[in-house]
Amino acid sequence: MASTEKIYFYPGWLRLWHGLNALGIIILIVTGLSMNASLESPLIGFSLAVSLHNIAGVLVSFLYVVYIIGNMMTPNGTFYLFKLKGFLRRIVKQAYYYAWGMFHGMDYPFPLSAKRKFNPLQQFAYVSVMYFVVPVLIITGFALLFPETIIENVYGLSGVFVTAILHSAVGFFVSIFLIIHLYVASIGKSPVENFKSIISGWHHI
Amino acid sequence: MKYQFISLLFIFFFCASVHSMAQGAQEHACFKCHSNQSYSFNNEVTGQMQKRLMNPYYILDTVAVSMGVHKGFDCTDCHSSEYQTYPHQANLKLEPLSTCLDCHGGDESFASYKFEQIQEEFNKSVHSQAYGDNFTCATCHDPHTYSPTARTSSDVMEIVDYSNRMCLSCHNDMKQYKLVSGHDNPLLVEVHEWLPNQALHFQHVRCIECHTQVVDSLMVSHNILKKEQAVKKCAECHSANSRLKASLYKYENLQKRAEVGGVNVILANSSYIIGTHQSPFLKLLSLIIFITALVGIAIHSIFRILKKK
Repeated sequence: MASTEKIYFYPGWLRLWHGLNALGIIILIVTGLSMNASLESPLIGFSLAVSLHNIAGVLVSFLYVVYIIGNMMTPNGTFYLFKLKGFLRRIVKQAYYYAWGMFHGMDYPFPLSAKRKFNPLQQFAYVSVMYFVVPVLIITGFALLFPETIIENVYGLSGVFVTAILHSAVGFFVSIFLIIHLYVASIGKSPVENFKSIISGWHHI
Repeated sequence: MKYQFISLLFIFFFCASVHSMAQGAQEHACFKCHSNQSYSFNNEVTGQMQKRLMNPYYILDTVAVSMGVHKGFDCTDCHSSEYQTYPHQANLKLEPLSTCLDCHGGDESFASYKFEQIQEEFNKSVHSQAYGDNFTCATCHDPHTYSPTARTSSDVMEIVDYSNRMCLSCHNDMKQYKLVSGHDNPLLVEVHEWLPNQALHFQHVRCIECHTQVVDSLMVSHNILKKEQAVKKCAECHSANSRLKASLYKYENLQKRAEVGGVNVILANSSYIIGTHQSPFLKLLSLIIFITALVGIAIHSIFRILKKK
């Protein structure tokens, strides 16, 4: 039963961005895994996987620019800002809540409000992924699209090879992030509450 | 005894010098015309010196000849000795030339080259099937200039370039292609349009990598397949079980890794291009992380169900 107090957490542009980005990322993961594993009889043919991966990669890159501009133009960007002092302690506290506290009657350590959309663990994960991991993926992805831009030799290894390893290793972490992101999203007032929020925009406190 | 030894020594040096002079003179005599764009001769009918253009297909690159495997031979070791006179008799062109096996077949000193096996593989190839005896070793391997680059060079790019030039000498040359096949050559850029990064592939990969049936026991496979049987799946090369490993890159990459050593070896081990799955270490690591994440979620879910959270 949802409480009556609700906040408009996710404006229209952000929901549209989130939906399209999710679609793009899922396509990238499925096609990326398909190519990486080079399965003998993959669900998606190799050439189709390459094309889809390239298209989705360009889409997600474009959406990243939208995300950056959106964060600069709207208050959304402020949710990603945090004070470094005590940040690790706050992350540990939130993790402790998920691992132990929530099963033992502990109060939610960082209640969400109009000013705090993300808990410290979310902040850490989102900042890491959106400001570090995704840019690396975009840069290495475009480098692989234009392999002539890659330096030929990195400490005796092929530059293309190193770029490919980096791209897929970092991409792998995005897929792990997605799994955990979806699971943690199911922790709410009900397992579907947060999923409803990202569609309607309204979050029940 | 002393005089006998000196006489023998003298005879030896005399023979050696005569041989080398003869060889030099022989090569020089042919190259006098066959390494130039034009040649001069005394027209015995008119009694005048005349200058003519040399047929471009009969001009030899003397530098390439001097670096080829047959550099120690006289021209007339393979061609008729009657070529020593000019004008050459027209019917000399009809002389049957030796094939590789005529000289190299059954020769223990060339056993490592496996000429007989190469011939067997070639007999199965599309070239042999389509053109029979009209397609010989020399159609691709010019015996004047041939160099076993794949064996002697340590530069992959040089090996790729040398090998591909053999294919392109016909497949990218309308006249040569039509001479052998009787029809126009398909445009390589068009028929390979499906291939991503075509130019890079052409520079870095030998044509035969995709167009032959790889045989592990042969260094270079000679069974050129029909175009329908050529490799078109990216994964056949860009995977852990790469067909490239069975060929050139297997040797070159392993050699380089052995030379470089260090952490790179772990990362590059049995890998070629695409992604972490090509590195067994990273593949295992990613699998462990993935399973750990799923197990963590499963345990957490069980507690949530039990505690009704």
